[in-house]
Amino acid sequence: MVTIESILGIRIGGIIRGWADKIHEINKKYEKPRITMSRGVRLALLFLRLYLILLVLLLGYKFWTLL
Amino acid sequence: MDLGSTLFYKYQRFIKVLKIYLLLAGPGLIVMLADNDAGGITTYTVTGAKYGYGLIWFLLLLLPVAYVVQEMTVRLGAVTKRGHAEAIFDAFGSFWGWFSFLDLALVNWLTLVTEFIGMTAALAIFGINPLITVVIVSIVMMLMVLQGKYWTWEKIAMLFAALNIVYIPAAFLVHPSVGQVLSVGLIPHFPGGFNGTLFFFLMANIGTTIAPWMIFFQQSAVVDKGMKEKDIPWGQVDTLIGSAFTVLVAIFLVVVTGTVLYGSEVESAAQAASVMMATNPWLGTFIAIGLFNAGFLGAICISLASSWAFGEVFGWAHSLNMKIREAPWFYICYLLALVTAGSVVLIPNAPLVLITLFVQVIAVTLLPAALVFLILLLNNEEIMGKYRNTTWQNIAGATIVIAIIILSTLYGITTLFPELIG
Repeated sequence: MVTIESILGIRIGGIIRGWADKIHEINKKYEKPRITMSRGVRLALLFLRLYLILLVLLLGYKFWTLL
Repeated sequence: MDLGSTLFYKYQRFIKVLKIYLLLAGPGLIVMLADNDAGGITTYTVTGAKYGYGLIWFLLLLLPVAYVVQEMTVRLGAVTKRGHAEAIFDAFGSFWGWFSFLDLALVNWLTLVTEFIGMTAALAIFGINPLITVVIVSIVMMLMVLQGKYWTWEKIAMLFAALNIVYIPAAFLVHPSVGQVLSVGLIPHFPGGFNGTLFFFLMANIGTTIAPWMIFFQQSAVVDKGMKEKDIPWGQVDTLIGSAFTVLVAIFLVVVTGTVLYGSEVESAAQAASVMMATNPWLGTFIAIGLFNAGFLGAICISLASSWAFGEVFGWAHSLNMKIREAPWFYICYLLALVTAGSVVLIPNAPLVLITLFVQVIAVTLLPAALVFLILLLNNEEIMGKYRNTTWQNIAGATIVIAIIILSTLYGITTLFPELIG
């Protein structure tokens, strides 16, 4: 079986696996948002998502025109 | 009771209150004075040189803005006993948690680079090699945190914060016309009419007043200091005094450059200090020392904000009250941030101007999220209990947050596309 340790070596692979496990553990720990998803909260989060998409598009456009 | 006894009683009471305040003061004062970091000092310097005293009234408006936002972090930290990064993960889940955390790590690192740019430029005026500056600053900053007590770190940081007021005596050295400062500075108007350039300056001044790291730093500092719900009023007073000082320092710096450099083309605080050094060495020295101190104060707060956030998210021990062996990752993060950011400044022909502009743009991606999360968390009864926002706090907070989001977004966009403002 191909493992990350067999590709990168036991030491480096072990470190990367450790980090991946830690990130997985954090994702599991905070899987469910604690805050009640009221309409206001949902709207605010939707606004943030749209806002970030807009900014990413603007940044992408800037880099595209710079190239 | 006779008059003497009454006065003595009031004096004793005042001393007692002052002692309690001095015990609990710290996070608010430090974060607010660190807000006048190298980038902030540059913005105020250029504002004064460009518009003289004309925008002092606008700086005064920034006092409530800074206070309202930062006061919320005091309550959130004291009630939840969690830093902002952990609070976002817990309340909004891992997607928003990772977004905020990774964005914060990037913005903080880039801002740290700009603090090193400011510090090396300031000391270069005295002929000090940037390498020496970076090495000595990094050592001093490590020593500050390695002594193993939050309280000691805080008091040392407050000493550096006190140096930030060097601009106040500097303003007396230039003998400004007080009448003119008051008549031009305190009457709201737009010098030269409202145009794209002026709008850019207004946005830049707002952008330096509230930065994402400030929210994360103050909340984590409140937690590390061990402030409880009963200490919230003291934290609020601390934040208010800090806000007043940050605006006062900005105004005095604008008075200095507005008196000495009004009408000249100045691009940075270091350049302003060099120009002043030629005509008035004392004044140039004050400005250069102020710039160095601003960068230093900003650097100690920003690197700590990052280390606290790493510790909160990864569950590592993360307190200045712990020794290296108790919280190794916390100190490794702190050291890595310093060494890598300091090294960038030493790279020949590094794109430092590009980095400075990039900070403004990336900060814009995080600031709205951090502010919106702050308002949402402060409105959650389950989390905040009786310390949740009142209607008036929400009106003030929401108005300020919406204004900051709009203006900082426009600031970021005009930084990306300068042709928009002509």
